[in-house]
Amino acid sequence: MELSKAEVISASTTALVQKNSTASALPELRGAEILIKSLQAEGVEFVWGYPGGAVLHIYDAFYKQNTIQHVLVRHEQGAVHAADGYARATGNVGVALVTSGPGATNAVTGIATAYMDSIPMVIITGQVPTHAIGLDAFQECDTVGITRPVVKHNFLVKDVADLAETMKKAFHIARSGRPGPVVVDIPKDVSFKKIPYAGYPSSVEMRSYNPVRKGHGGQIRKAMQLLLGAKRPYIYTGGGVLLSNASAELRVLVDMLGFPCTNTLMGLGAYPASDPKFLGMLGMHGTVEANNAMQHCDVLLAVGARFDDRVIGNPKHFAQNERKIIHIDIDPSSISKRVKVDIPIVGDVKDVLCEMIAMMKEGAQKPDSGALGAWWSTIEGWRASQCLQYDPGNGEVIKPQYVVETLWNMTKDADTYITSDVGQHQMWAAQYYRFDEPRRWINSGGLGTMGVGIPYAMGIKLAKPDSEVFCITGEGSVQMCIQELSTCLQYNTPIKIVSLNNRYLGMVRQWQELEYEGRYSHSYMDALPNFVKLAEAYGHVGMLIERPQDVEPALREARKLKDRTVFMDFRTDPTENVFPMVKAGMGITEMLLGSEDL
Amino acid sequence: MKHIIAVLLENEPGALSRVVGLFSARGYNIESLTVAPTEDPSLSRMTIQTTGSDDVIEQITKHLNRLIEVVKVVNLTEGSYIERELMMVKVRAVGKEREEMKRMADIFRGRIIDVTEKSYTIELTGDQSKNDAFLQAIERGAILETVRTGSSGIGRGERILRV
Repeated sequence: MELSKAEVISASTTALVQKNSTASALPELRGAEILIKSLQAEGVEFVWGYPGGAVLHIYDAFYKQNTIQHVLVRHEQGAVHAADGYARATGNVGVALVTSGPGATNAVTGIATAYMDSIPMVIITGQVPTHAIGLDAFQECDTVGITRPVVKHNFLVKDVADLAETMKKAFHIARSGRPGPVVVDIPKDVSFKKIPYAGYPSSVEMRSYNPVRKGHGGQIRKAMQLLLGAKRPYIYTGGGVLLSNASAELRVLVDMLGFPCTNTLMGLGAYPASDPKFLGMLGMHGTVEANNAMQHCDVLLAVGARFDDRVIGNPKHFAQNERKIIHIDIDPSSISKRVKVDIPIVGDVKDVLCEMIAMMKEGAQKPDSGALGAWWSTIEGWRASQCLQYDPGNGEVIKPQYVVETLWNMTKDADTYITSDVGQHQMWAAQYYRFDEPRRWINSGGLGTMGVGIPYAMGIKLAKPDSEVFCITGEGSVQMCIQELSTCLQYNTPIKIVSLNNRYLGMVRQWQELEYEGRYSHSYMDALPNFVKLAEAYGHVGMLIERPQDVEPALREARKLKDRTVFMDFRTDPTENVFPMVKAGMGITEMLLGSEDL
Repeated sequence: MKHIIAVLLENEPGALSRVVGLFSARGYNIESLTVAPTEDPSLSRMTIQTTGSDDVIEQITKHLNRLIEVVKVVNLTEGSYIERELMMVKVRAVGKEREEMKRMADIFRGRIIDVTEKSYTIELTGDQSKNDAFLQAIERGAILETVRTGSSGIGRGERILRV
């Protein structure tokens, strides 16, 4: 069922400020040219895409301009992931361009990945001509319908006259409020048609979309009183701090308060890992101290984090301990979704933290230092367990944790970005690479999409040519978008791939060990390719590393090859598991600390 | 607990799918849903009847508000409100039943809007419980066909939902 509508009344919904000029004097432009003008007006530097029938007019328009660099990927999924990685690292809106039908369906995984982590993106999809829509035309699919559950919003542009305004709305929606991907579906005749072009709208107003920025002053005041009266306070921060570019404010506030602080997987780097107030990541593979503090604090300040199931474990267990919760989030629907919140503050994290800092400076009240001292000694007791210590092995086999640790030691003072795929290697990267800066750790936290690592890295490297970009991956994930090695060669984006190859789909194998009595159903990656030759076939450098003593020299060697993409195939211990671990259904303090707990 | 939620949204293609998709994706109930444009043709008004705990209803309201095309959301059940539903029932009406059916329709303030030798079509308006009561009052076997619009709701007194 669909609401029929006689006409699209956009004038009433959108107040646009446009140049005053008469229609006759305006230049005639094709839809495709208007699209380029829109992207230019939005300051777009790169577009990752893949051509096809429905977007040929748009590709022709790309050919005639030179301000936006188009990057030809090898698979549409790679286009969306690369644009997504670029958006995560830079904070700009990532843009991808794909054709209709299979082009759009191939993009869905990338769109869903961005959606789950609230990444600002505009994805332009070609569509069959308007007169063919609904007639099962060649390469037709209902893109707006297919993507609806995984976008912040989407548009089907049926009239070229609406195109510029739609693009303006798309960028506005993508980057404001809680960011997210926006799909703009453009039929082929719309990109071909010529109309007098009056210029790109300079502003957009939507009566149905006005995200709140400023947090409620009264609520913030109440929150500060609660925090300052706390005996066992804890600050729990997530990806929202990065999205809001509020790391600096977070650091100031945490330092003023002297409270312990943790980050989610998505929030790593928002607060420096090297600061003693940082208790490490929390959740399913979080540290003992981070999880215990979460369970036993009396006042919890949640900042741009959404109490994900991987963070709070069993909700009943989590609720066994009484704690007052303050939750700052731009999206009201994230508040009181999984846990009851006492003081909700809807607003932009950066704005709210600035308010809090100002109140701290004005107010005479200071945190209860006596209680805080006792709380810190309790935390130090948990810390003493040194839960991230791992068995270094007999020197015969490479421990995956050792590879990540070595990389971190070598690059911690360098200008480095770390991307990961999804699995055991992702958790080891999160645990053993200690991020001190925001937007340096790029991974798919929400959707958990295998295959993002290489496209993320190449997207970032294009925007940050002087930075070192490492992709920590596994032999399973890396094969999901391995064709993008070809794109790395074409666009000279020399990335360094650190593959922790344990010949298993490690995380699957780990769960099968813990939950299925070691029945490794289809988790062994048999018939693996020779990754060294594969890398060479793509025109890159391949390395095979089999002994612990070769790890450091290999990484050093790879870093020296500044202008080459290097694929390092580390043969790691196939029996190694990720610890600590909270098994499904358990509470976050009911952790397995090592294989001896099995 | 039954809730009636009124939604003002942009009258644009796809807006309804977004609302319905939200309910199915997040596993919320829809008991009934009515929608039509308002006096302002750019705006549609939707009445959604749903059930759920207070927490679920809070999430439903927040998620509806999150949709880009949604302008305003009000849970009418939080105050006093009027709900009406139109129902048309085609019933068997032969012999003795014919007079009985007419009487029953009168009692429920229904109107007979179509007649054949063997049947009446009765139109009833009221809240859902009244329409339910009518269906229970007549003999089940006499019902040939039923169509109901689902509830539309509006706040009582000065409670106004507009842009």
